[in-house]
Amino acid sequence: MNIEIIELILITVLTAAMPLVIAAIGELVTERAGVLNLGVEGMMIMGAASGFAIAIMTGSSALGVLGGIGAGVALSAAFGVLTIFLAANQVATGLALTILGVGLSGLIGSGFVGMKRDAIAHLHIPGLSDLPLVGKLVFGQDPFVYAGIALVFGVAWFLKKSRAGLTLRAVGESHTSAHALGVPVRRIRFLAVLFGGACSGLAGAYLSLAYTPFWAPGMTAGRGWIALALVVFASWRPFRAFAGAILFGGATVLQLHAQAASFGIPGQALTALPYLATIVALVLLSLNKRRGAVAPAALGTSFIPER
Amino acid sequence: MRTRLMRIDLEARSAPSPLLEILSPFAALLGAIFIGGLVIAFIGKSPVEALFVYFLEPLGDPWALTELAVKAAPLTLIAISLSFCYRANLWNIGAEGQFVMGGLSGGIIAVVTQGGVGQETLGSWWILPAMLIAGTLAGLLYAMIPAFLKVKLGASEILTSLMLVYVAEMILDYLVRGPLRDPNGFNFPQSVPFDDVARMPFLMEGERLHGGIVIAVLAVAIASFVMRRTLFGFDVALVGSAPKAARFAGFSDAKLTLAVFAISGGAAGLAGVCEVAGQIGQLQPVISPGYGFAAIIVAFLGRLQPWGILCAGLVLALTTIGGESAQISMKVPLDMTRAFQGILLMCVLAADVFTRYRMRITFARRG
Repeated sequence: MNIEIIELILITVLTAAMPLVIAAIGELVTERAGVLNLGVEGMMIMGAASGFAIAIMTGSSALGVLGGIGAGVALSAAFGVLTIFLAANQVATGLALTILGVGLSGLIGSGFVGMKRDAIAHLHIPGLSDLPLVGKLVFGQDPFVYAGIALVFGVAWFLKKSRAGLTLRAVGESHTSAHALGVPVRRIRFLAVLFGGACSGLAGAYLSLAYTPFWAPGMTAGRGWIALALVVFASWRPFRAFAGAILFGGATVLQLHAQAASFGIPGQALTALPYLATIVALVLLSLNKRRGAVAPAALGTSFIPER
Repeated sequence: MRTRLMRIDLEARSAPSPLLEILSPFAALLGAIFIGGLVIAFIGKSPVEALFVYFLEPLGDPWALTELAVKAAPLTLIAISLSFCYRANLWNIGAEGQFVMGGLSGGIIAVVTQGGVGQETLGSWWILPAMLIAGTLAGLLYAMIPAFLKVKLGASEILTSLMLVYVAEMILDYLVRGPLRDPNGFNFPQSVPFDDVARMPFLMEGERLHGGIVIAVLAVAIASFVMRRTLFGFDVALVGSAPKAARFAGFSDAKLTLAVFAISGGAAGLAGVCEVAGQIGQLQPVISPGYGFAAIIVAFLGRLQPWGILCAGLVLALTTIGGESAQISMKVPLDMTRAFQGILLMCVLAADVFTRYRMRITFARRG
């Protein structure tokens, strides 16, 4: 195998992983604040549909990306109002958000099925981008990849080193203690939910504007759910979420190649592979849990301040 | 600088208001219809016409009324069993997969015995009962996977049960396109049509109403009895509302988890067989228009109460039928139905808050 093929494989793995990375990082922040938003799939597909629709209508990829983010934020705001300010059940509300998002994305996207536009341009730095092995991998990606990696580092720094991150984690561990210390629990949770929505929307926009530059109904194909599983798999830690996403990206690419090569394995078995892998990952993590990887203590519980 | 800030406070009611508990689903439905109307207006159609097509027109049409019962049956049967899970605060969201596995397993028996195979000595009376049992068992066993992973390893049942939906769909797709495909079916991805002995009995000659509807109504009655009159029903509610008290009282979390997953998986599997043996009559790559997910909405719209779920099943079936006719007469995409169902569930959950809490909104002045 020569160097170009290795580079190509690494690039496809990285790009396949990126929507998972972005969505998982957003959900990770939401969950660290103690809120479980199961609507990732719905927000992601709305991001994909709105992002593509707006990019086609305005002719601007940047506006498309903003539109995708906006769609994710709007949906997550509805979720946040219901679960944080009205103390509605988070699991059921998240499911509702996914059902709503899948339906609405179909409505928005129905006029755009079959349309095509150019994928968002990749970075090109003369000289650097032409280096063997690392050239295109490091210096020739689309902006989403850099944004995704920046998110991982930014969120890791924010959670570990910043004061605001510490407050956010406190809210996720014990909302009553945080409240007693005068921390605005519900406001912080709401902001964390909005951040998660923005990331999911961005991940969706990545799918329809860069990864496969068209809109197809149901194009997220469960990626939102896999991102949710990745957060658990990563024990709520950003770099582990990144590593997990790369593993899944690898599995996806492997599956695509295996389907193309057709080793006599039915295509359906290969399509089911990422979902089975998710279950295996969750099981492995559960085995590991006994050794101290635990969820934020207040995850999934509502906070109703005493008057 | 002075700004006005809004502050929302929730005060728990000492006891849930019974009047509001009955009113809240209706309020939610009205709210959802209003928001749905806005969405319809936004895509440039008439909300008034949509209201008529979605909710009123089907009620005046005998064919649509039959269809209503046919669609409400699986929704009700699945939702009623899911309500056991949700009451116990356990989240089986993979009923769609259990439905598929049930329909597939029952369907395999129908395909294998097609044309009188295996009926030389016993006759054919046993085929339908065997299908129903096989379907129920398949759904039950499939639901045991997330239940066991939860009980033994603590893996989130939400994610595992959902992932298994995708897997079940792929298994059905593979078998129907492969080993189970009708050899004389011009290469269409579908099985042989089931023999009459492998079909649900129809309630009336030439009608579409089949025995699955009777099963659904029976399930409502049984669930109503179990929830109100048995220790198990009490246990489920106690674990959901006061897990610590339940543990203290000696109820086992693990056994209860397995039990409610068995109930919901079994019922979803049964609904799956009823669907393939009742209305479809053969195996196809897709046998459910999302019943397993819509049933989650039915369960909550019915406030997890058996008879409420029966009504909610009819409402959701109505939106599905209305959605089909709106697609034809108004050119509204079918996705509108799903979007509406999502809006409806959110409205139900929001309305539910007001049965448990009093809301107080204050405008605080800050200097």
